[in-house]
Amino acid sequence: MGRLEEAKKLGLTEEEYNLIVRTLGREPNDVELGMYSVMWSEHCSYKNSRPLLKKFPTKAPHVLQGPGENAGIVDIGDDLAVVLKIESHNHPSAVEPYQGAATGVGGIIRDIFAMGARPIALLDSLRFGELDDPRVKYLFGGVVSGIADYGNCMGIPTVGGEAYFNDVYKDNPLVNAMCVGIIRRDEIIRGKAQGVGNSVMLVGAATGRDGIHGASFASEELSEESESRRPSVQVGDPFMEKLLLEACLELLKEKWVVGIQDLGAAGLTSACAETAARAGSGIELDVALVPRRETEMTPYEVMLSESQERMLIIVEKGHEEDVKRIFEKWDLFAVKIGEVTGDGMLRVLENGKTVAEIPAKSLAEGAPVIKRKGRKPAYLERQDLDCSKIRMPENLGDVLLKLLGSPNIASKAWIYQQYDHTVRTDTVVRPGSDAAVLRVKGTKKGIALTTDCNGLYCYLDPYEGGKQAVAEAARNLAVTGAKPLAITDCLNFGSPEDPEVYYQFEKCIDGIAEAARFLEIPVVSGNVSFYNESSERKIFPTPVIGMVGLLEDVSKHCTLAFKKPGDLVVLLGVNTEELGASEYLRVIFGIEGGRPPRVDLDREKRLLILCLKAIRQGLLNSAHDVSEGGLAVAIAESCIAGNLGFKGKIRSDIRPDALLFGECQSRIVASLSEDKLPALMEVAREAGVEVTVLGRVVLEHFLIEVKDSRGGSKRIELSLGEMAEAWSKSLERKVEG
Amino acid sequence: MKSAIIVFPGSNCDGDCFHVLSEVLGQPAEYVFHKEKFSAGDFDLIVLPGGFSYGDYLRAGAIARFSPAMESVLKAAERGKLILGICNGFQILLEAGLLPGAMMKNRDLKFHCHDVYLKVGTADSPFTNLYLPGEVVKMPVAHGQGNYYADEDTIERLKSENRIAFYYSDEKGRVTEKANPNGSAANIAGILNEGRNVLGMMPHPERCAEEILGNADGKKLFKSILEYLEGRSKIGKIGRS
Repeated sequence: MGRLEEAKKLGLTEEEYNLIVRTLGREPNDVELGMYSVMWSEHCSYKNSRPLLKKFPTKAPHVLQGPGENAGIVDIGDDLAVVLKIESHNHPSAVEPYQGAATGVGGIIRDIFAMGARPIALLDSLRFGELDDPRVKYLFGGVVSGIADYGNCMGIPTVGGEAYFNDVYKDNPLVNAMCVGIIRRDEIIRGKAQGVGNSVMLVGAATGRDGIHGASFASEELSEESESRRPSVQVGDPFMEKLLLEACLELLKEKWVVGIQDLGAAGLTSACAETAARAGSGIELDVALVPRRETEMTPYEVMLSESQERMLIIVEKGHEEDVKRIFEKWDLFAVKIGEVTGDGMLRVLENGKTVAEIPAKSLAEGAPVIKRKGRKPAYLERQDLDCSKIRMPENLGDVLLKLLGSPNIASKAWIYQQYDHTVRTDTVVRPGSDAAVLRVKGTKKGIALTTDCNGLYCYLDPYEGGKQAVAEAARNLAVTGAKPLAITDCLNFGSPEDPEVYYQFEKCIDGIAEAARFLEIPVVSGNVSFYNESSERKIFPTPVIGMVGLLEDVSKHCTLAFKKPGDLVVLLGVNTEELGASEYLRVIFGIEGGRPPRVDLDREKRLLILCLKAIRQGLLNSAHDVSEGGLAVAIAESCIAGNLGFKGKIRSDIRPDALLFGECQSRIVASLSEDKLPALMEVAREAGVEVTVLGRVVLEHFLIEVKDSRGGSKRIELSLGEMAEAWSKSLERKVEG
Repeated sequence: MKSAIIVFPGSNCDGDCFHVLSEVLGQPAEYVFHKEKFSAGDFDLIVLPGGFSYGDYLRAGAIARFSPAMESVLKAAERGKLILGICNGFQILLEAGLLPGAMMKNRDLKFHCHDVYLKVGTADSPFTNLYLPGEVVKMPVAHGQGNYYADEDTIERLKSENRIAFYYSDEKGRVTEKANPNGSAANIAGILNEGRNVLGMMPHPERCAEEILGNADGKKLFKSILEYLEGRSKIGKIGRS
């Protein structure tokens, strides 16, 4: 077989191969070809997405580290900073759900402590097919246990996330893990291999044959043959990672540590190429020095292995023994495998003999950008849904119960109770709220965390869907009292080679960029995951937004639960008639269509300002974002969380089902004691947000009456018990039933 | 009151225990690495924190009990020093033979993280003297192997000697099957040794010792220890010292 043929087999194009030959001035050997093929895979090179990602706003005075490093960093005052990053592990999880998800968590944790930060929280954004399918159940159960076993053992609380179920994710589930860390500003360290002669050391687990070509596997569509890719899935050992974490954090206090880098996708190749490229230097290493757990591994296998729980450390020459001492304390090895050079080459030796020699920059940054053109998908041209043709159900109480029991809305306790979410004793607001809130020990502050995306909205209108994901995440933070600080994004899409997918990708990015700019929330890190499709189905475009917010005084945080009978319940924001893309249409009528709700960013911004101000002034006893399932579901959720009822009357000429279950944006349901209403009205007037009294918190009954100006009326009357039952048991029944 | 917190490889509640003892109670505390032996005389309380020592490999707590530091713990226990094992610490105490019985995987084979209600079984101990017997408290659990097992004779003995410190109960203090999160025999959540100076418990008092976390029921346990050590508790001195 010719070299070119071999290159193609490894996923490289002819153009890419020719560029490699030009760069090297000769044909690449096997090892070099392997290294190029993983580094220039979409997963590592972002060659399909790079130009578009430039559209994101990434700068702000509080941004200490934007995209391009292991993770993003934002300043939170008190000499402290928050480190954040989200990443996908979709394909491994589709083939081997337990290990796929576990190693996804392990990888994202390493990205955080590679910056020198102590990881303090995990979130998981999950998408699966419908749970009545046995294979989906297997995938779902495996992923949840994989996340649980890894995060729990690490002692990092899993405090939030989301789970959506839709057939489009049946073959290709989405498993996105986000990790957040905290660090003193002056202890931030970066992944750079600086200083000629400095030592390059490998620490942590020994290297085996697992995960070879994992990055390439992530850069192709799932197919019948994917099952044979099982060896491409890495195997995780959270105990090893816990030791590695403690040893690295101990090490990183030392001034003679120059740089550190996680070994993730493309293993040693990527870690060496990236650290060298960032510093504009080179690295020479000898694979014979790499500790192994299997015999007779070739240089190719050592350089491409994705064995987990390993880190690359660059230290000033002469401190190798100091490194060893720290790692020996934790029963881990630390071995010098090479050193930093000044010639910009990544030179791989085996027992002193050169087996690969490539410019580090070419490997890390040289993949040619693929300029693609999107084409508006045909389905978007003919999607208009005439909602006037949808007959309104007689019994809206039944509708509400059905919605509360839909796995997309129902309690996720079955999932998060398997995750340790209270370890580290920082969790002030636990999972099951709009956003998790953590205190920051040693300060009065708190941080709030969320992940959000509605894939159906993005499918039906990629631009609006992208905007909405950002707005929703910001709102979820604001209702806890946290000001949004930064975004980390995980963009999950089908194949970029499909112009229609590329169109979705481009438009979602435009929407995210627009909302992020308008709401002044910079994007500081992220990940792109393409090829999420099988021959049967493509996933919805799913750009998951992870967001971090700051509470100046964590004791003033707010939650969604109603607190006191007699409190007034108010709506902050305006109801408009928008039924499209709702969970209501999906669950009751089986329709996934219509125009998703629009976000008016100006209105959103004013609402966020009002909410933050009202919470800071102590005006609100509860606040809850109105999202999937609409107003009725939002009120019901506040009731269930507080174990209290609601009685109210809403006057509106919007058709009752749209009023109660439509998902129009920029709305918050809040409760407050009656004497605070004038003060709230004043703040709302300043902010330019409408406030409507909806009713009152009562002991246990749930009653909503809707009246229009023509004398028509509709009502929902339920007991708190039946609502709670529908909401809390549904997911468990689906999974275990 | 000076505490030692033993750090095993894989411990992950060591920092939380340190925080409660030093920041919330304002008492001196020190970490002791598992490879070190220590002198019992240096400390008033020894804490075996929660976590996954040795990754729970083989069996939770089974490897940690061979640590050099555990030799010192055994000696300290013999001398009547107070020893508190929480979650994985409880599992290690069982494996080390300082408490009777064994832990199995939770009945439903799942990890459980949520609040539970506990009925205080006895206030007659250095760890529980500020609680009232029969008082109901709320604490979080977070474990995969908390299904306590002991043979019937042992359970009877624990009962008759008033050594069951906490039972899983409902909000009203009823010890029911439904209130049992993991299948533990007799709903046992925590037990004392014969000398009443060693307590092992699955729930996490250190995770509910501050109002900001929404629940401070666990603080009383640490304050009980302080009261006892400073000679103010109603129970007086236990055993040898």
